[in-house]
Amino acid sequence: MGTVEYIQHHLTNNAVGSGFWTFHLDTIIVSALLGMLIIGVSMRLGRQLESGVPGGFQNFVESVLDFVSTNVRDAFPGHNPLIAPIALTVFLWVWLMNFMDLIPVDLLPYLFQLAVGDSHAYLKVVPTTDLNTTMAMALVVFALVVFYSIKVKGLWGYTKMFLFHPFGKFLIPVNIVMTLIEEVSKPISLALRLFGNMFAGELVFLLIALIGGTLAVGAAALFWAPLQAILDLGWAIFHILIITLQAFIFMVLTIVYLGMAHDEGHD
Amino acid sequence: MSINATLIIQIIAFVLLIWFVNKVLWGPLSKLMEDRQKRIADGLSAAEKGKHELELAEKRAKDVLKDAKLQAQNVLSQAEKRGTEIVEDAKVKAAEEAERIKAAAQADISQEISRAREQLRKEVAALVVSGAEKILNKEVDAKAHNDMLETLVKQI
Repeated sequence: MGTVEYIQHHLTNNAVGSGFWTFHLDTIIVSALLGMLIIGVSMRLGRQLESGVPGGFQNFVESVLDFVSTNVRDAFPGHNPLIAPIALTVFLWVWLMNFMDLIPVDLLPYLFQLAVGDSHAYLKVVPTTDLNTTMAMALVVFALVVFYSIKVKGLWGYTKMFLFHPFGKFLIPVNIVMTLIEEVSKPISLALRLFGNMFAGELVFLLIALIGGTLAVGAAALFWAPLQAILDLGWAIFHILIITLQAFIFMVLTIVYLGMAHDEGHD
Repeated sequence: MSINATLIIQIIAFVLLIWFVNKVLWGPLSKLMEDRQKRIADGLSAAEKGKHELELAEKRAKDVLKDAKLQAQNVLSQAEKRGTEIVEDAKVKAAEEAERIKAAAQADISQEISRAREQLRKEVAALVVSGAEKILNKEVDAKAHNDMLETLVKQI
């Protein structure tokens, strides 16, 4: 199997359907499983909540909650009880989906291929390397931004933002274009940032995996295999930072965008 | 990596997940944490209040103690004064009593003296009369010489 083939194989989703009505089964199932993991663990935790002195795991979850709510308090001006759970969901889900990146790149596809009995079965395990996932989250956030903008500023207030911002009332056409770009760029940048980071990270993992896999032949493997291990370890450790950072950025930007939607005194 | 219907599924998944997280994780846990925070704040303020009250009580106790000491001092000094007063009083009374007893004794004595003198006088008179009778050898008419006898007795 050639290098290009190897990489392409890894970056292709296991899909059914055709055209627009294609479903990336691996993305959907993995992200759904991770979502269920969050819910399941939460429910188990919820049954043994300790209101006095919390135990180990509850302590950990509480510190995560505290971290999220601190961020919400810092970046969100108004009061909306839905913002914090949204931010928490974004943080936990994105982090878990990103975490799939740290599982050795060939492990899950290999096991899957064994299970299915097809050595060419596709499996892309990191849902955030699928633009559909990141875009879906960004669009939900965008829809909430629009919803809360209209709810807080009123329909006329929201329209006014497009008409008179940023150049005042004499450049209305320019304002419309500018604000439109500004607004639309929010979800797109949100989606593409996460997607790009995770896709690139995955690609680096694949390239490192290629060192020992394809490049090494015979005795050279004695040199290349340890190098691959060291590089992989280094990148994985660095990646712990990246996945957390990307989850954090997505969460903070979600809070900030929703905060801007709640900001009444914009003009 | 193209956009397709997976997007729709992921949107639904995300919205559902938000709903679930809010219901199962955020809701109960944040309520719990808020309650706990409130309880801790209440406890702290109660402790603060208790400390303050303790301080007040200590001050009050000190005041009461000081007051009691002062009062005790007062009572003590008053008692001392009263004691000396009583002693003085008793002394005066005793002196008076002694005086009185002495006076009564003196009166008794003088009465006794005068009575003895009276008796002596009468006996002497009788003695004189009998002496005179013997001397004269004749009975003296006590009645006839009564006046003279009286003056004689008085002279003794």
